[in-house]
Amino acid sequence: MSAGKFWGVSFLAAAALLVLTRGLIANEYFFFAGYVVLQYIVLSTAWNILGGYTGYTNFGVGAFFAVGAYSSVVLHKLTSLPVPVMILVGGLMSGILGFGMGYLTLRLKGVFFAIATLALAIVAQTLIVNWDYVGGSRGIYVIRPQQAPLYGSYIQYLYSLMLILAWVSVAIARTIERSRLGLGFNAIRDDELAAEAGGVPTLRLKLISTTVSGGLMGMSGAPLPYYVTYLDPASSFNLSYAVNSVAMPLIGGMTSWVGPVIGAVLLGTIQQLATVTISSALNLLIVGLLLIAFVIIAPNGIVGLVRARRRARLR
Amino acid sequence: MPPLLEVGGLGKRFGGFVALEGIDLAVDTGERLGLIGPNGSGKSTLVNCLCGALHHDTGNITFDGRAIDGLPAYRRTRLGLARSFQLPKPFRSLNLVDNLRIPLLYTVNARPGARLSDGAIGERCLALLDDVGLADKAARLPRDLTQVEMRKLELARAVASAPRLLFADETMAGLSPSEVEEILLVLTRLNEQGITIVLIEHIMRAVMSFSTRLVVLVAGQKIADGAPQEAMRNPEFERAYLGE
Repeated sequence: MSAGKFWGVSFLAAAALLVLTRGLIANEYFFFAGYVVLQYIVLSTAWNILGGYTGYTNFGVGAFFAVGAYSSVVLHKLTSLPVPVMILVGGLMSGILGFGMGYLTLRLKGVFFAIATLALAIVAQTLIVNWDYVGGSRGIYVIRPQQAPLYGSYIQYLYSLMLILAWVSVAIARTIERSRLGLGFNAIRDDELAAEAGGVPTLRLKLISTTVSGGLMGMSGAPLPYYVTYLDPASSFNLSYAVNSVAMPLIGGMTSWVGPVIGAVLLGTIQQLATVTISSALNLLIVGLLLIAFVIIAPNGIVGLVRARRRARLR
Repeated sequence: MPPLLEVGGLGKRFGGFVALEGIDLAVDTGERLGLIGPNGSGKSTLVNCLCGALHHDTGNITFDGRAIDGLPAYRRTRLGLARSFQLPKPFRSLNLVDNLRIPLLYTVNARPGARLSDGAIGERCLALLDDVGLADKAARLPRDLTQVEMRKLELARAVASAPRLLFADETMAGLSPSEVEEILLVLTRLNEQGITIVLIEHIMRAVMSFSTRLVVLVAGQKIADGAPQEAMRNPEFERAYLGE
C-alpha cells in the first residue's frame, strides 16, 4: 500500500471508529478510559520512531509529554486558544526539546544515551517544580470550558482529538517506515559507522528522529491539563509514561508501525480494566510481568511472533 | 595528471600513542595499490582517517583536487571514497537487497545528476549482488551468510556507492586459498571497470599478485613505497616482519 493510500485508509478507519464509538456508546467512562489508550498509541508510536526504527532508547518520555502539557497550561493562562492549536504548540515545544536533546547527546550511544534522557526528564521536572507561574510543585487547576465545541461532552471532544492524533502519528510512523528516511534510520540502528560509510548523514537523521519523536510525544501531552483539570509535576512527569512507552512497542514489536499500536491497545486496555476492577496500583505490576514474559518468550514482540510463524509455514 | 588521492604529512595520535606520523601518499587513478604492515602498524587507522571515521591531527588530504579534511564520512563517500570494513558490518535487520539500497539511495541518488527510480535501484541491487555471486540470497538476512559471503556483501555494498577509490580493508583475512582467489577476481574486475583500489592485506601472496605498487607501514610510519618486489627488499621491511 502506498503512503498516500495508507493515510486515506487509516483516516477512514479512525473516522469509522469515532462515529461508531460516539454513536453507540453512551457510557462517559468509556471515553475517559479510551482517551488514555489512544494517548498511549501516540506515545508508544512516537517512542518507536526513535527507539525502534533508529535504535535509541529514550527514557525521558515524561519530559516530552509534560512539556506539551505545561505549554498548554501557559497558553491556557495567557490566551483562550482552542485545544487543537495548543496541541500544535505543545508539539512544537517538545519538538524543539527533542532537537536539543538530540544535539546534546549525539555522541552517546546505548545505555549512556538512555541515562542522559532520564537525566533530561529530571532536569525538566526540576525546572517546572520551581516555576511558580505554572503552579510549581503545588500543581495547578485548569478549568475546562463548560461547553465542548461541536457536540457531546468535553471528554468526548478530547477523546476525538486524541483519536485524530493517534491516526496522524500512526500514519506518520508508517510513512517514515517505508521511506528512504526509515531505511536510513534502520541503517543507523544496525551500525552507525557502516551507515555513515554508506553515505547516510547519521547526525542529521538522528536529529530528525529525536525531533519527530519528541514532537509527537508533546502533542499527546498537550490536552492533558483539560483531561485531568488538575496538573502537577509528580503526575505529569511520572516515570510510568516512560515505562509504558517502552513496554508497549516491546510487547507489540518494534520493527513495524503496527507493533506499538497492538502493544498500546493491549496493555492500555488491560491497565484500564485492572484499574476499575482490581486496583489502580496494580498497573505497573502487570506491565512488569508482561514485559518479563515477552522478553523471554517473544523478544521481537507480537509482530515478530506472527512473522516467525508465517515464515515457518512458507518453508 | 594529478593523483586521485594525495595525502601530505598525515598524523594521528591516541593520547600519548602515535598511531600515524608524517604519512605522505599519492594514489593515481586506476592504480592497484597494496598497503601492508605488521599488526598495529596503523593501516586501519590510516583508512579510518582517509574515509572520515576518525579525524587526523596533522597534515592534509586532497581527493580529486579537493581538500576533504574535516568533511564527515558520508560526504567523503558521496565524493567517491568507499571502504569495506575489516570486520564485516552488515545492516543485520535488512535483507541483502536493502543492504545495498542504502548506499544507492544515500550516495548515488544524493549526487547531482540523474536520480535512479525505485525500480532502477532494485535492478541495480540485484545486478551488484549477481556480480559477487549472491543473487540467489537477495531476500535473505546477513545472518544466513557464510564468512566469505559476508565479505562479498561488504564489498558489494562499498561498490554500490559507485566509488572512484575503494579501500578494501583485510577483505580476505581468515579465508581459504580458493576463497581468496574468488575475492581477488572480484577486485580485479572492479579495477578493470575503472575503480582505483587500495588493498590492505596480510596475505602476501594475494597482495603480490594483485598490486602494481606496494606501500609499507611500520609503527605508524611509511618505510617503503614502490614496485612490489623492490618494496619487499627494503631492509626495514625485513626487520619489521622477520626480526633482526
